[in-house]
Amino acid sequence: RLPREKPPPKPRPPTRWEQFARLKGIRRKKKTSLVWDEQAKEWRRRWGYRRAGGDPSRAWLAEVPAGADPEEDQFARLRREKRERVARNELNRLRNLARAHRAGSAVPAAPLHPTGHQDRDELRTVARVARVSTASLGRFQPRLPKESAEPPSRSGGKKRRFEPLLGNLAAERSRQLELLRDMGSKKPVLDITRAVNKQLRQEEAEAAAANKGKKQSKRGKRGRRQQRPGRSGKKSGARRQPQQQKKAAGGGSG
Amino acid sequence: LIYCYRKPKTKRAKRFLEKREPKLNENTKNAMLIKGGNANLTVTEVLKDIYAVKKPFAVMYKRKNITRPFEDQTSLEFFSKKSDCSLFLFGSHNKKRPNNLIIGRMFDYHVLDMIELGVEKFVALKDIKNSKCPEGTKPMLIFAGDVFDVNEEYRRLKSLLIDFFRGPTVPSIRLAGLEYVLHFTAVDGKIYMRSYKVLLKKSGCKIPRIELEEMGPSLDLVMRRTHLASDDLYKLSMKQPKGLKPKKKKNISHDAFGTTYGRIHMQKQDLTKLQTRKVKGLKKRPAEKSAEDGGATPKKSKSA
Repeated sequence: RLPREKPPPKPRPPTRWEQFARLKGIRRKKKTSLVWDEQAKEWRRRWGYRRAGGDPSRAWLAEVPAGADPEEDQFARLRREKRERVARNELNRLRNLARAHRAGSAVPAAPLHPTGHQDRDELRTVARVARVSTASLGRFQPRLPKESAEPPSRSGGKKRRFEPLLGNLAAERSRQLELLRDMGSKKPVLDITRAVNKQLRQEEAEAAAANKGKKQSKRGKRGRRQQRPGRSGKKSGARRQPQQQKKAAGGGSG
Repeated sequence: LIYCYRKPKTKRAKRFLEKREPKLNENTKNAMLIKGGNANLTVTEVLKDIYAVKKPFAVMYKRKNITRPFEDQTSLEFFSKKSDCSLFLFGSHNKKRPNNLIIGRMFDYHVLDMIELGVEKFVALKDIKNSKCPEGTKPMLIFAGDVFDVNEEYRRLKSLLIDFFRGPTVPSIRLAGLEYVLHFTAVDGKIYMRSYKVLLKKSGCKIPRIELEEMGPSLDLVMRRTHLASDDLYKLSMKQPKGLKPKKKKNISHDAFGTTYGRIHMQKQDLTKLQTRKVKGLKKRPAEKSAEDGGATPKKSKSA
């Protein structure tokens, strides 16, 4: 009836130990808070202030275990091991935390699993991800015969690369001449028919993708085979022309 | 607490963090009362009176904070995070907007709704000389005027005011503890807030006679600007976790009138062998029994 103060708590994913315990069927044993201390002849805490086993910082005897080096400092060893235990505990806690955090916002790996119905682009993405998931990020992976020779840029085409200023004189000359020729010619640079066809094809692809999302695997190859002749048939060719003329008129006046 | 990268080192710190984390059943909402850069006497008095009404669940900021909530909400959100308050009342005074109060609430430390109200007339607690309610009394809220149901902004204002003045949620109520009434009337584009103390007088029957005595702050407000949350954010904030729904007991149903019905499922019964109450008058006499047996030798007849 009234809005909440904070969003409801999300259940956190189980830690690595909790998963293992659930698998094995290990349950928590309820422990008593006080333990009988034989030396002090009274009930003492299990851990904390005045614990049952005596104060560990005041332990004045550290036995050398049977197979150990006689020269080694046992007190130093005990201190070092405690530090390592604490560090390992903290590391595991942070790892569990990171895992829980990641589980909430993970990108689902579903597109990478092979289904029978991926199209060429999806398979290309999957192949690229598979190539890059090596230790050297795909730099030394052998290439398939029909794959592109040059590796795609790591920044995804964001950084611009410029030619050196005084490099290839012949190329520069031909480029400038072509530019002048295009500026001087009467024909418009934008080929309207091609642009319109491209747009139509893109729209059809989007519509096909939307339909594929709705009616999945049953269609599969059969569906695609039936759709193809419909797409590039006479009817759609005829449809393109009046639209193209309308667009040309619009382009001319606007 | 579960997502803390730095674990708290003392029990007190742990309790502090546990109080602030999102829970199934939430804490009572706290309100922060803030003065703007140019708050005048009226506005300060209003804030002090509202603080007195909301006493344990309100935080009064002493210093003036030069911010404009409608333009920039970051400082309000920062305060809300630091003091764990999800309701706020910001008072300021301008030539353009005299005696301005911005009442608002937060969701997840971000501003959800904000409504700006102008105070036209104000009568303080100390101006009305009579006995007051004890501090922390849960008020009864009455909303008069059909504008509160019809107009969208007024509906949000009603929800905001209920949220603000509600106080802690209680499982049961005691009649003698109902002492404070806050009455909101919306008429002619203005909102009148009056507070009354409930006096329970003796009457002939078991139900006492009620008398309302005016006490407490009385405000005449006019609605100015609003900043209401978008529908999907509001819906998100209203989402209740599944654990809060009461568990449905099987075979028990409730009527609209409050009657509880139960169903019992029985197997098929042999009605001839049913064990009913024994009525002595219907007991078979020995003469009838012998007639039924068809001439079998009757036993010695027993006197009835």
